[in-house]
Amino acid sequence: MTARADVRSGEQRPVAVVSFAQADNSRREVRRNEVEMLLPVVSEVLGRVGCTKDDMGFVCSGSSDYLVGAPFSFVAALDSVGAWPPMRESHVEMDGAFALYEAWTVLRAGDCDTALVYSFGRSSPSQLDRVLALQLDPYYMAPLWPDPIALAALQARALIDSGKATEGDFAAVASRNRAAARDNPKVKTELPDYTAVSRMLEEEFLVAPLRPHTVPPITDGAAAVVLAAGDRAREMCSSPAWIVGLDHRIETHALGARDLSASPSTRLAAEGAGLGSGRAAEVDVAELHAPFAHQELILCEALGIDPASGRVDLNPSGGALCANALMVAGLVRIGEAAERVINGSAQRALAHATSGPCLQQNLVCALADDPGDGEGS
Amino acid sequence: MTDIDDEVLRAQHVLEFPYKRSLGPVIGAFSTGLRDGHLLGARTRAGRVVFPPTEYDPDTGEDTDGDLVEVGPSGVVRSWAWTDRPRPDQPLDRPFAWALVQPDGADTSMLHVLDAGSPDSCYSGMRVTARFRPFAERVGSVRDIEAFVPEDAT
Amino acid sequence: MTTDDEVIMLDTPIRLDYDFSAGEAQSRFLRGLTTGKFLGQRCPVCSKVYVPPRGSCPTDGVALAEDVELGNSGTVTTYCVVNVPFQGQSIEIPYICAQILLDGANLSFMGLIQEIPADQVRMGLRVEAVWKDPSEWGPTMASVKYFKPNGEPDADYDSYKEYL
Repeated sequence: MTARADVRSGEQRPVAVVSFAQADNSRREVRRNEVEMLLPVVSEVLGRVGCTKDDMGFVCSGSSDYLVGAPFSFVAALDSVGAWPPMRESHVEMDGAFALYEAWTVLRAGDCDTALVYSFGRSSPSQLDRVLALQLDPYYMAPLWPDPIALAALQARALIDSGKATEGDFAAVASRNRAAARDNPKVKTELPDYTAVSRMLEEEFLVAPLRPHTVPPITDGAAAVVLAAGDRAREMCSSPAWIVGLDHRIETHALGARDLSASPSTRLAAEGAGLGSGRAAEVDVAELHAPFAHQELILCEALGIDPASGRVDLNPSGGALCANALMVAGLVRIGEAAERVINGSAQRALAHATSGPCLQQNLVCALADDPGDGEGS
Repeated sequence: MTDIDDEVLRAQHVLEFPYKRSLGPVIGAFSTGLRDGHLLGARTRAGRVVFPPTEYDPDTGEDTDGDLVEVGPSGVVRSWAWTDRPRPDQPLDRPFAWALVQPDGADTSMLHVLDAGSPDSCYSGMRVTARFRPFAERVGSVRDIEAFVPEDAT
Repeated sequence: MTTDDEVIMLDTPIRLDYDFSAGEAQSRFLRGLTTGKFLGQRCPVCSKVYVPPRGSCPTDGVALAEDVELGNSGTVTTYCVVNVPFQGQSIEIPYICAQILLDGANLSFMGLIQEIPADQVRMGLRVEAVWKDPSEWGPTMASVKYFKPNGEPDADYDSYKEYL
């Protein structure tokens, strides 16, 4: 779905990210539960723009009950916002990036001017490899209980077989992301310190051809974003990160019916977001939700970004490879990219979020300091 | 103020559900085929054979042909990934390779496992064949196939 | 499962194990039970006392930090008479499942009512907690056996009507 004219007033109001906050991305949040983790994040994201929950016209969250092991756990999470007086609220059992998509459509429709989007997830209490097997086809794939590293490894092998990348390329991606993560105070996933590619290639395989440095750490985290439309955004933030394009595409869930060495849904989503035909390579910053190292290469190809060119600052946050809080990492990509537009270090940014095994579905968000900059606005 | 130990409490929590799934005509026919030792795919209007079969063409969304066609039992490995550490409930409890196997006559592949003994014996493009469990143990599940094995080993 | 010779259903059981942690607020409440006390938390904005506490005020969305020790007495705000037996049940049916508003609390919680015929339980009934022997207290509501009438006159409807 791409941007459409508002049917009510005929007005196309640009929508912007005006605030972003995230909890520390840690290996294990033992002390606090999900509500306790979210409280300071929600407080911070609203406080940065001088708002309270009562200023939000719509609240949308992204999380998964399977991580908590309890149905409707997202309802309890609303305690971190305070649901009185009754509010307009929604939820997606997906990464917060997709909750942001829903909030964006509500604002674009002119129903209200502000939205709070939040997401949270503690992967550490669950058996994450088993939880993720349950997102697979229940007849054909889930009964085999494949773990996410096994499926990612099949994709990595397909990429190597295609001749488009080598294990050395995977290690180079890991090395670059880890170096960036060291400068990110929100990444507290206790990553090893080495960066030499040769040493990384000596690690034993987890599931060949994937070694520990190519897979993300189990991560607990939470994040939130405030969206605002038109003049309201300008009141709340001196340099809003305008969403000038947003699109989400999905491929078949049958792994064996896909070309795992490419990402056609990312390419289509980029086109829908106004960043097709090489425009993605012209952004200043790109935050790509690639939990596995080889996936960053697949995404760059789909987007037309050449990592070696240095033109695009790729995953300056360290990316999902270094901190992958499930249900949160996609929203964090949007937040990190938006933050750089808000603070003036980037004029145009691209954020990507993924869901499903092996990049099955992909969302591309185009951000800019100018609301008129983009085919999708 | 009550003097309460500051430690956060933890407990083991188990979630178990005994799902019984109805299959419908396409997956039902596929499952019956598995129980009987056959691999069946679905033909799309464009003439491609989707395996395992779906009720719809994944590219166009159109209905597939309700009469499934037999494929395999041998085929080609399209991708593989060796694991030395099988996890609980995975198909084999000794080292094996995950694999995407495309049976002869099919245009897509199925996720399963390759019992090849060693990663040195695995390669994309190798020919494999399905090794079924004994008939008495089959129920129509994809696990009725115990594993795929190198074709020249049979 | 088959019909005639066709496979029409498949068993696809799932099992997931979790290392559940209660979070800070719930842990404090459960620890309180090990000492024979009901602990709530007060909201700094609306002053309501929540028991069991979850670390946040659901109305205001702010962190709760102030522990409040509540007594054992409370009021039945609503209840139901249960006639359905369930697996592993050790209580005689019919039994009363009630929402109990402890004195000083602004949130009721569920409890078992005993020592009164089922047909005499009513809204407004004043009750008190009957704890197990202290040697059996643990971080669980099972430290409380049940609630029984405490002999006081029924509470005024106005005193609990907001908690229905």
